Amino acid sequence: MDKVWVIIRKEWAEVFKNKFVLFTVAFMPLLFTAIPLVILYTMRSASPEEALGLGEIPPEFALVCGDLAGAACAQFVIVSQFLMLFLLMPVIIPVTIASYSIVGEKRTRTLEPLLATPISTLELLAGKALGAALPAVIVTWGAYALFVAGALLVTGNPALAGLLLKPLWLLAIAVVGPLLAVAAVSMAVMVSSRVNDPRVAEQVSALVMLPVLGFFMAQTFGLITINQTLILWLALLLLAVDAGLLALAIQLFQRETILTRWK
Amino acid sequence: MTDFAIRTENLTKHFGRGKELVRAVEGLSLEIAPGEVFGLLGPNGAGKTTTIRMLGALIAPTGGWAEVAGHVIGRADAEVRRKVGILTETPGMYDSLSAERNLAFFAALYGVADIPGQVEKYLRMLGLWSRRDDEVGEFSKGMRQKLAIARALLHEPPVLYLDEPTAGLDPEAARLVRDFIAELGKEGRTIILCTHNLDEADRLCDRVGVFKTRLLALDAPANLRRQLFGRMVVFHLAAAEPRFAEALQGFGFIQKVEALDTKLLVTLDDPEAHNPALIRRLVEAGAEIRFVGEARRSLEEVYLRLMQNDEVNNG
Repeated sequence: MDKVWVIIRKEWAEVFKNKFVLFTVAFMPLLFTAIPLVILYTMRSASPEEALGLGEIPPEFALVCGDLAGAACAQFVIVSQFLMLFLLMPVIIPVTIASYSIVGEKRTRTLEPLLATPISTLELLAGKALGAALPAVIVTWGAYALFVAGALLVTGNPALAGLLLKPLWLLAIAVVGPLLAVAAVSMAVMVSSRVNDPRVAEQVSALVMLPVLGFFMAQTFGLITINQTLILWLALLLLAVDAGLLALAIQLFQRETILTRWK
Repeated sequence: MTDFAIRTENLTKHFGRGKELVRAVEGLSLEIAPGEVFGLLGPNGAGKTTTIRMLGALIAPTGGWAEVAGHVIGRADAEVRRKVGILTETPGMYDSLSAERNLAFFAALYGVADIPGQVEKYLRMLGLWSRRDDEVGEFSKGMRQKLAIARALLHEPPVLYLDEPTAGLDPEAARLVRDFIAELGKEGRTIILCTHNLDEADRLCDRVGVFKTRLLALDAPANLRRQLFGRMVVFHLAAAEPRFAEALQGFGFIQKVEALDTKLLVTLDDPEAHNPALIRRLVEAGAEIRFVGEARRSLEEVYLRLMQNDEVNNG
């Protein structure tokens, strides 16, 4: 574990010296937090029917609204649509960092001295993956806290802000988000170890976002309803996916091929 | 305690298969004693770096066997890496990090107990202490190379592999690095030095192996010179006369006599034993001898001869 931490600290020292990377890490969460807050703000004085664009609030919405009624319920229903944004954050933020992690070492010729140390492949890849995933998870949690505080401030309705702290949201933000981040960075690190061009690594790694975007679209178009059970199943599925991806990444990380085929 | 710091037997490395098979290293058998400075010489693509990588447990042999610092390659690779320091062909440093941060990172991976102490020791030793906080991206090539040497030594490895340590350095920096390697040799570390600089190998190495996929020759540089060229005694005479060279023709131990202006170049095996007879014969023939010396063949000549022989033997 010591060596994993050594790798993580080195990654952070290197990555966060780059102001552009810092900007990309900070900008997107701020944007994703601001969007639902602005929508909440603009809906303050709208009737529920206007807010939802429906004749009346459908009964299934009333179920998720709990004690909220009328405009507050409509606000919560709309804001709930943005839960997926907070699940997209931990996927999008670390991909740039993770996809450069191994291919960057190849380009700077630091990979050979690194592999000459007694570090194991698991330690190296875990360090690289966590080095990219942890900042994304922390930033997502920070953005979520900001969102809850902002929702309270904008609506002045503690009951609505309270709904954002229900187990569904907490499970999604605290468990599914980090698991998604690990899946994204494991994939990106795996791609990074197999290619020689960081641009290719980034492009291929970006495909990781597709399933999450798919979920987002399905929810937006009403094809699925995100509830506690679905989130729980998603968490279990991601746990298995993460373990599988890490094992595959270790399997595909062929030290010899990387050293001898890289020119 | 093993008698050898490095031992290989029939060590082989092939890449690819079928028509794309590349024989990088073929049947290398070596025994290198603790504290020996061993030069691995050969042209580009001869398999030197592949050999170093195998002996550093970075890549696996496809045949044969090797033991480094008491650990067998393929069975205890992490242990081998702990006992070995490698200076790779390119320094490979993190440009955005300071010199001190770079070394501290690698020291932590090697499990060094006193990281600040070791980092300071080697930064001072290589004259980089005053630049410790500077980003490595600002360093000259020579400074990077010195930093890479420091990295290879941080964990005090008993075995060191130095791949082209002075390549691309200016004469002053190259001299400093060479002196440092000589000091490391005196400390009792076992060193394998891969270099194209044959003068450097001649000065630093106890033995050299001339290598081109397989080992062509292995011995101390002086012995290789003797084996390939014999020894050449130079008689500096007052005047050039054909009869002086003719006077030496009767000696069976002489391999070759050449006259060059007022010098007579005599190739033979044992000058210490035969010089008195040669001097006597020349004086009897009327030669006035002003000076007697020995011409030293360069390691470059030895190397080129071996490469020529290899080309002749292998078509």
